[in-house]
Amino acid sequence: MTDLDEYGRSARAWLDANAADLPREPDLPTARAFMAQLYDAGYSGITWPAEYGGQGLTAAEERAFQQAARDVTLPVGVFGIGFGMCGPTLISIGTEEQKKRYVRPLLRGEEIWCQMFSEPGAGSDVASLQTRAVLDGDAWVVNGQKVWTSVARQADYGLLIARTNPDAVKHKGITMFIIDMHDPGVTVRPLRDMTGESHFNEIFFDDVRVAPDQIVGTVDEGWSAAVTTLLHERVSIGMGAARTERPASFAAVSAAARDRGILHEPGVVDQLIDLYLQERAFDLFNARLTQEVKAGIFPGARGSIAKLLLADLTLSSADIASEILGPDSVAYDDEGKIARALAWGPGMALGGGTNEIMRNIIGDRVLGLPREPQVDRGIPFRDLKVGTQTKEAGQ
Amino acid sequence: MRLIPTDEQKDLAESVRSFLAGTSPMARVREIAESPDSYDPDVWRRLTGELDLAALAVPESHGGAGAGHAEVAVVMEELGAALTPAPYLASAVLAVNVLLEAEAKDLLPDVAAGRTVATFAVPVPGGPALTADGDLLNGAAPRVLNGADADLILVAANADGGLGLFAVEPGAAGLTRTPLTTLDLTRPQATLTFDGTPARRVGPADATEAVSRALDLAAVALAAEQLGGLRHCLNTIVEYAKLRVQFGRYVGSFQGVKHKLADMHCTLEQAESIVRYAAWAADESPDELPLAAAFAQSYLGRAYFQVAKDHLLLHGGIGFTWEHDAHLYYKRAKSDELLLGPPRLHRARLAERLGLLG
Repeated sequence: MTDLDEYGRSARAWLDANAADLPREPDLPTARAFMAQLYDAGYSGITWPAEYGGQGLTAAEERAFQQAARDVTLPVGVFGIGFGMCGPTLISIGTEEQKKRYVRPLLRGEEIWCQMFSEPGAGSDVASLQTRAVLDGDAWVVNGQKVWTSVARQADYGLLIARTNPDAVKHKGITMFIIDMHDPGVTVRPLRDMTGESHFNEIFFDDVRVAPDQIVGTVDEGWSAAVTTLLHERVSIGMGAARTERPASFAAVSAAARDRGILHEPGVVDQLIDLYLQERAFDLFNARLTQEVKAGIFPGARGSIAKLLLADLTLSSADIASEILGPDSVAYDDEGKIARALAWGPGMALGGGTNEIMRNIIGDRVLGLPREPQVDRGIPFRDLKVGTQTKEAGQ
Repeated sequence: MRLIPTDEQKDLAESVRSFLAGTSPMARVREIAESPDSYDPDVWRRLTGELDLAALAVPESHGGAGAGHAEVAVVMEELGAALTPAPYLASAVLAVNVLLEAEAKDLLPDVAAGRTVATFAVPVPGGPALTADGDLLNGAAPRVLNGADADLILVAANADGGLGLFAVEPGAAGLTRTPLTTLDLTRPQATLTFDGTPARRVGPADATEAVSRALDLAAVALAAEQLGGLRHCLNTIVEYAKLRVQFGRYVGSFQGVKHKLADMHCTLEQAESIVRYAAWAADESPDELPLAAAFAQSYLGRAYFQVAKDHLLLHGGIGFTWEHDAHLYYKRAKSDELLLGPPRLHRARLAERLGLLG
């Protein structure tokens, strides 16, 4: 038995003893307590540098752990942004002090992180953001608004990008800050989305003072860090999909059609075949991408393909399911799975980059096509049109 | 389930690709296509001789190379990309598989070695049936691949005891071979008629199962060919979109073009995943093969034709000229889509194999 087998075996034994009885959606104290246990057992931050609290092991151990944990639902949702985006950003460009201060509590679940990039006026074009940070004596003063922020209500800290130099061109003059989410100038307001629930938040900054040692990277150079963070996001959205429940899956919809005795009706089988082809093609692509990653081939921008395909599958599977199952689909009573899937579908096609942005990325970075001419190139940010214009200004 | 090629498969792909680039460039493909010949006998001799590609799926005990269907798929992908006129699908895929599945061992060595070019007449539901009266065949087989030039013709015919598999010599009495002028000039077909034609019955008393499995294996191999063609079409139009300028811009910078190419690439990624899966199932998981084969044809047939069509259209006017290669791929894609039956047939098989019918 190799050391790696032994590692996986120990992980499995630990999970069996400590993770088997976890509730599917644990409350925050339970989730935090589990992360602390996981960290103390050495399974949180497996590949992260040891000097900042990680285990300093390789991707092979990480895979062995993932393999051991494949049947276990770990309560990682609320920590996902920190582990997937904020942590890696700090590790790669944070200062020594920041890494020493923030990484260990993040890995131990003591401090929860969120990410504040999007604004009402800066959606696909995040770099056109208008939240301002102005140096005032010994601190930067932040004013503005962010939107579509996950876990902001639970978060202790967040990564913010704000405009520090409006005289520079759009992509310059942005700086990344660590924000204390408990600052009295930070207001978090749940954003009710089209599902009727509040998966995201709006955040308002009102004269929030931030010390210069909370800058991540260099002043006015915050955009490149943000780009890396967003790429991580797309890979994780698309590739994580295989594990999530699918209310409008081929298996579920075909079983429902059989139960209702409607398989013989015109078009039903044809629509089920369309659903099967799309779902199975996506799953196999995802499985191939996973095998490539294991073989050492980094997916890079191809993560955007998984994201685009998943968005399309999410929308069209709910659509097909509703057409097959008929008027019952719109009711939220009983389980109401199809109604919920219909309401959730657009979120999948908008969050983490719209379908149009995904197609731009695939065209530019996967196929290497020439980029769109940029009309805002070389123009100082303060002279640009940004956000939604009034009718008069838009003429 | 293995969805990424092995190092050996990558090497095989590379050697077939460079061989075809040297011996069967597009100028040569066109020469063959516009001549009365079906294929270049020299290329075929070397493909089956020094490269031994017709023997890949044949066990060593039958004179083969003992590789697998996944390796056949690798070869088909390259042949599909290069549009090589060769009787590989007819002889090394259809005929070899039906002989293997029917355990008609005595005929295998010559076909596997490429000395005999064989073909198998694909039975299409609803088409004219062949009947056997003892060892005499009557009826017609429409659109047989390499039907006019094959050295050995295999057909399925209704016979005593069930569906029989028969081998017919090219010079047999009462056999008429009529070459067809087809949309796809790179892959010739012929209509064969049998009028009391003597034949030799090979394989089991009822070959229904053997024929069905051989057609499933052919469906997988054809899907690999479709993948190769699809990838070639996409590569070609992506390169052109980086060179062609209109309105002062590279056309690939227009979102109307770029987004279509991005969608075509998504199709390619999924098509490749499906072909790898189906080829894996053919070798390693025979119980999954019927489902995987119907799935592969249901997806790849449409996918290749859509991409071939869009790649032609995105070229603009030049794509409509005879001189440009786009139409050759467009025509191959349409012919491939229908070759083993129209998409609805594969979708119906898929529905049946998913348990959706009755």
